[in-house]
Amino acid sequence: MPLIETYDIHKIYAMEENPVYALNGVTLSIEKGEFVAIMGPSGSGKSTFMSILGCLDKPTQGAYKLDGIDVEKMSRDDLAQVRNEKIGFVFQGFNLLSRASALENVELPMIYRGIPAGERRKRAMEALAMMGLADRATHLPSQLSGGQQQRVAIARSLVNNAPLLMADEPTGNLDTKTSIEIMELLVRLNRDNGITIVLVTHESDIAAFSHRIIRFLDGKVISDERKH
Amino acid sequence: MIGVGETVKISLRALRSNKMRSFLTMLGIIIGVGAVVAMLAIGQGASRRISEQIASMGSNMLLVLPGAQTSGGLRMGMGTQMTLTYDDALAIERECSAVSAVAPSVQGVVQLVYGNQNWSTIVYGTTPGIFAVRDLTIRSGRPLLDQDVRNSTKVCVLGQTVVDNLFGDMDPVGQIIRIKKVPFVVVGVLDVRGPNAFGQDQDDVAYIPLTTAQKKILGTQFSGTVRSIGVKAKSDELLEKAEEQINDLLKQRHRIGPRGEADFTVRNLTQLMQTAQESSRVMTLLLGAIASVSLLVGGIGIMNIMLVSVTERTREIGIRMAVGAKTWDIRFQFLMESLTLAIIGGILGVAAGWITSVMIGRMAGWSIFVSPFAILLAFGFSALVGIFFGFYPAYKASLMQPVDALRYE
Repeated sequence: MPLIETYDIHKIYAMEENPVYALNGVTLSIEKGEFVAIMGPSGSGKSTFMSILGCLDKPTQGAYKLDGIDVEKMSRDDLAQVRNEKIGFVFQGFNLLSRASALENVELPMIYRGIPAGERRKRAMEALAMMGLADRATHLPSQLSGGQQQRVAIARSLVNNAPLLMADEPTGNLDTKTSIEIMELLVRLNRDNGITIVLVTHESDIAAFSHRIIRFLDGKVISDERKH
Repeated sequence: MIGVGETVKISLRALRSNKMRSFLTMLGIIIGVGAVVAMLAIGQGASRRISEQIASMGSNMLLVLPGAQTSGGLRMGMGTQMTLTYDDALAIERECSAVSAVAPSVQGVVQLVYGNQNWSTIVYGTTPGIFAVRDLTIRSGRPLLDQDVRNSTKVCVLGQTVVDNLFGDMDPVGQIIRIKKVPFVVVGVLDVRGPNAFGQDQDDVAYIPLTTAQKKILGTQFSGTVRSIGVKAKSDELLEKAEEQINDLLKQRHRIGPRGEADFTVRNLTQLMQTAQESSRVMTLLLGAIASVSLLVGGIGIMNIMLVSVTERTREIGIRMAVGAKTWDIRFQFLMESLTLAIIGGILGVAAGWITSVMIGRMAGWSIFVSPFAILLAFGFSALVGIFFGFYPAYKASLMQPVDALRYE
């Protein structure tokens, strides 16, 4: 069974005069353990597609099955639970809580899952240690470098043992050297931990770390290549 | 679902990170709660003072006064006619079942002399019944006794103000003072009562036996008449019954038909004071209502700041939603924040109101009473304000679309 299965996804933004057709029928399936890069110029609909895959937004039309569950008809709170249990997010702008320490940021998904404080702390420390940030646990995001912040975000995406990691331009704010470190980290997570990764990028050397590249243009998939 | 402890921690951190703003928002609640507490303290202080005055006047007390003199259609003031007698008083005591004590009195302002000191005070010629009627208690020595009245002994019981002015720190019991040049033995001193409802010093007084007063000091026009008869009813409920019985009895004794105009008046002083207390209660309510308007304004301040805070923290809301916060988690977080503001403001406000009311009490010389009820009321009300005015911002925050919130710049 594929982890992600979409059928004929449309997304239309109802503007006053001219509706914007962001997605025009996307049908895709991604297996467990895949490392997929979604590419395309800005306005191609790749970010919209990403939001729908991440259950942050709902399609106007079409069907989406995540891990065998129909999610396109779910309520807000059910979607929140799906995000909590099945999906980890890594964003271009890191999206860490600025007033919370690295440790507390990593604990956040577990707070909403109702995991007791002691276990939460332990698992968050383990995740940070895995990212090589054990000694930075009490630092605020502003006291960390961009690469460190992104590793905190990755640690946060892992703590609930979500099978899917969505990375939206994860290297967009990082220099080349740090970008490569982050990508190698993702490759390792995919290879060693079996986490399915969906990566959105417009840089082909970043996309080259993946095993499958899907290109978007005008809200449609125009190519879908697998590496051998 | 997220726990309450976690939410409180999150709220406190958010409030701490913007201390100045949190404090200013709280100030509205502090002033509001403080005003409610202070106003209620002043109002309740006043009504308690009236209660004390009712008690100090003598509880369940009626006062029978002689009627107005009428001569050829011209009516003189009340008490100008000497229609009440000592025998009337004895009859009331004997025949009115609702009455527990009577005290017929004559009174006058007379000079008192001790050594080289002198003092002018109200002297009551009365019977031992006065101690029951006015709830007087003796601090040292003894009260007036029945045999004092029978034998017209020259003894007196003094109030504290008279003692202070004639004797200073000396013990007056057993000393001899002169009242209108007649020597009297001081046999007792009354407990201090303080001023009455009308500001008269109730300790500036001397009591002597009625018969002695009539013969030696105040000498009346008609022997056996008295200026007033104080009456104590057996209980609060029997006050009106006693009033009725006295009216009937005296009309009969004075041979006044049911339609005739009474030549005496029965006054219910307790009722008068209860009316005063009622109006002070209304006053308290009014003051409290006005003060709660400021609490309402404080609540609107909370709402305003919470709305700004929700907008400012759109991205935070987005992040929380992305990692799994549900509608209620977000709503609870912001509600808890406004509730925390209101509760801390409420605590500080109670302290501020307490201090203010004590200070006002000192400066204006009013009696102040900070009741636990007023504190609970103000505090509970502020918490309600926090929830009420925090709800809309929290509701607004919880309805954001995660994708929009995350992209908010």
